[in-house]
Amino acid sequence: MIEYLRNWFWTYVWKPLPDMPFGDWMETFIRWARDAWAAGFDAVDAGLEFLYLHLADGLLWLPSGVMVLLFAAAAWAARGWKLGVGIGLGMFVVAWTPYWEQTMQTLSMVLVAAAIAILLAIPLGIAAAESRTFSAVARPVLDFMQTLPAFVYLIPVVMLFSVGVVPGIIATIIFAMPPGVRLTELGLRQVDGEVVEAGQAFGASPARILVRIKLPLALPTIMAGLNQVIMLALSMVVIAGLVGGGGLGAVISGSLGRLDIAAGFNAGLAVVLLAILLDRVTQGLSDRTPVARAARLAR
Amino acid sequence: MPAIEVESLYKVFGKGAKGAVAQLKAGVPRDELPKGVTAAVIDHSWAIEPGEIFVVMGLSGSGKSTLIRMLNGLIKPTSGTVRIGGVELGSLSARELRRLRREKVSMVFQHFALLPHRTVVENVAFGLEIKGLDKAARLERAREAVELVGLADHVDKLPAQLSGGMKQRVGLARALAADTEVLLMDEAFSALDPLIRQEMQDQLLDLQGKLGKTIVFITHDLNEAMRIGDRIAICDGQVKQLGTAEEILMHPADEYVAEFTADVDRTRVLTAEAVMEPCGTRDTSEFTTVESDVPVNELYEPVLNSKAPLLVVDDNADPLGVVTPRSIIKSLAPERESGDAEQEPQPA
Repeated sequence: MIEYLRNWFWTYVWKPLPDMPFGDWMETFIRWARDAWAAGFDAVDAGLEFLYLHLADGLLWLPSGVMVLLFAAAAWAARGWKLGVGIGLGMFVVAWTPYWEQTMQTLSMVLVAAAIAILLAIPLGIAAAESRTFSAVARPVLDFMQTLPAFVYLIPVVMLFSVGVVPGIIATIIFAMPPGVRLTELGLRQVDGEVVEAGQAFGASPARILVRIKLPLALPTIMAGLNQVIMLALSMVVIAGLVGGGGLGAVISGSLGRLDIAAGFNAGLAVVLLAILLDRVTQGLSDRTPVARAARLAR
Repeated sequence: MPAIEVESLYKVFGKGAKGAVAQLKAGVPRDELPKGVTAAVIDHSWAIEPGEIFVVMGLSGSGKSTLIRMLNGLIKPTSGTVRIGGVELGSLSARELRRLRREKVSMVFQHFALLPHRTVVENVAFGLEIKGLDKAARLERAREAVELVGLADHVDKLPAQLSGGMKQRVGLARALAADTEVLLMDEAFSALDPLIRQEMQDQLLDLQGKLGKTIVFITHDLNEAMRIGDRIAICDGQVKQLGTAEEILMHPADEYVAEFTADVDRTRVLTAEAVMEPCGTRDTSEFTTVESDVPVNELYEPVLNSKAPLLVVDDNADPLGVVTPRSIIKSLAPERESGDAEQEPQPA
């Protein structure tokens, strides 16, 4: 029986079918796009590189000791003195490794990628919350962006933007954006329907309801999305180091090639400490939104 | 001109709503409609005069929430018309409808619907903000409204710091600050504790005495309806009975209404005038007098303390009728089959 089915499939399905063409289609499309939109890609390439270089220069402008104090102060402002001390210690350890410069490059890459990702994600999230159709179309696309192995889209991105820091940033934006869209949509959908109705009953226009009621009430969830975007961006820039992205990613992939445990561990430690810094500071900011403050009062 | 007027108003949810309305008009009962359609509001036709408190009373699923949302256009009727101050809502564009809501109709919600991150005064100013008042003017008017509902000490608190009753006062102040003729109150006191609820009812009546708004009040509690309503519409899809509290208590239109009225504290609703008997030819000059609008539960003592019946008089002290212990007891027994109340009590 099984034998029969296998033969049947072979004769009537697999043999007449050509080789799986999806991959070839994608390749044709990417090659076509590279030629057709070359000017656009060049502009994006130049713009992202400009942002990245200047931010990295800015972060490296002051000596590492001063920057450690600045990071500690930022954490203090976002949450409190305990976090300030913790982050100060963590960043001191990072400055102690030989990779301060690479850490700041990585931070610059994360900030540029996360900022662009969230700027794209919020309008998309709003559209998804307002329109069921858009949401239904966006969901599988977001799944695709998030689950397609990162290396797979590094390949076409490198083709389109050449080797360097920009393909890393582009791949990071694609990979890190989905939770921003999802959590924006979720936050907006969770807004109490009666409050939205109150806005309508007092004659507010849909735009005003969005800006004055829905977005402020959804802000804590949107901030949680920003936090996720930044975390995913950080996990991605290390992979981007493989395609010449520089920063800690380059150190880690280099030490992988040389089986250099010490260098790899130091760079890895810097990644972890940077992640803690970014996570705690964004969480502190999301706790400071007016709605989150009001929610704490209710308890 | 009536403040609010609805005419053969229908709302049916689901696919084939128009067809269902045609069936309802042809006399098909509500529960025999095809599957997938729900008739929420059936053939409402009534008018509310300016300054009236009109209570719509019904159980959950009786279409009262749908009804109130058709009065400000949040829900479009399937058929029929709604007129606010003579303007038909169906003829308005979305923009004109929003303007009507800003200027003519405001609303109070069951679960308050306050913005949690705004202080009391900022919440109250919300309607004025939508109207486009500048900040100083709207905060000043919001403060006045907050004082009006007795929350002057709490202007800068957040809703989370207030009790349920206080939150609903904020909701009420927000609606009052918008300074509209019509106030829609959707189960506004239903989420509150009984004692707080009574307090809020008193405050509403007190405010109404000063402001004279046209109020549509939705509730599932007939006691509440009878306390505050000038007229009451008892609904179950269609209007089962529309009248004053006394009319509904004394002459329930059908079994459905009678079942509700059985639970009502009649002695608080009925007045001396409603329970009195004709004077006949008696000499009433020696009788103790009571005013015609005194509720029955305040007549017990005077009736017991006087051997003669009480004389009910109107505002000009002219006699209207008499109240005896017998007439009070008679009024407490709901009117069932006709003639029953007239029979002499049987010996046990």
